[in-house]
Amino acid sequence: MKSLEELKALRDKMQGSVTLRNESEASTRVVVGMATCGIASGARPVLTALSNAVAEKKIEDVAVTQTGCIGLCQYEPIVEVFQPGKEKVTYVKMTPEKALEVVEKHIIGGNPITEYTIGAIMKN
Amino acid sequence: MMTEIALNVLDVAENSVRANATLVEIEVIIDRKKDLLSIRIKDNGCGMSEEQLKNVEDPFFTTRKTRKVGLGIPFYKQAALAAGGEFYIRSELGVGTETFASFGLSNIDRMPLGDINGTIHTLVVYNEGLDFLYTYVFDDAKFTLDTREFREILGDISFKEPEISQYIMDYLTEQKAECDGGVNV
Repeated sequence: MKSLEELKALRDKMQGSVTLRNESEASTRVVVGMATCGIASGARPVLTALSNAVAEKKIEDVAVTQTGCIGLCQYEPIVEVFQPGKEKVTYVKMTPEKALEVVEKHIIGGNPITEYTIGAIMKN
Repeated sequence: MMTEIALNVLDVAENSVRANATLVEIEVIIDRKKDLLSIRIKDNGCGMSEEQLKNVEDPFFTTRKTRKVGLGIPFYKQAALAAGGEFYIRSELGVGTETFASFGLSNIDRMPLGDINGTIHTLVVYNEGLDFLYTYVFDDAKFTLDTREFREILGDISFKEPEISQYIMDYLTEQKAECDGGVNV
């Protein structure tokens, strides 16, 4: 059973070995809409998939965070990717599977997946 | 519409975050003798004016500028009342807000509680600027998670560090299973 003692041991192990990540220093921000509209359409599994993928693949300089409603409720779950010097990319109607693809192709590979973006959806 | 009660809890607790609370208390009580599941969410945030409080259960009222409807509280209230439960919300400007919802445990129209551990984990890990006190009660067994205790141990190590985030999830999973034997409520 997990105890606070175990947490102390974890801390002692981590101190020194990790350089503490600072969110404001992260160059890429991946933001998930988590208002009523987002949550009702399945944003929580998307958020979990994104943060697990970023942690598992040990991707540095990426912060996964949440935000409220941006007024595009019919396109939720929405994930926005902010990278310095690049235009914001807004992914709509996300699923955990699509989110993992975004991590692979966009965050790691550097190529946004155009077909999942709001621009592509609104054209159809 | 939410598909599980845990998602309503996530949604309503996010309001406490936006209300600049420093402490959010969440209590989930399952009482099989009383045939009741009850949930209390209490914060010390900015609170609401009488005017806002009067309107908060109205789906066509919201303080947001991004859309014209506010369905968080109406969804939650409807889920409780549909399952033979009760709902109320109390608030005082500058003091905080408290919501209470109960559900008939064996009521056929009650949504499943769902992934309550996931909800608490998401709240705790993604809102490091405030503290959470979570209590889970199953009949006579109970456990608590107090982020103030975690923070005291961890200092400036973030809850988002993969090892810590995993610890918090494991803590919730193991403690809950110890209380309820892993039943799906």
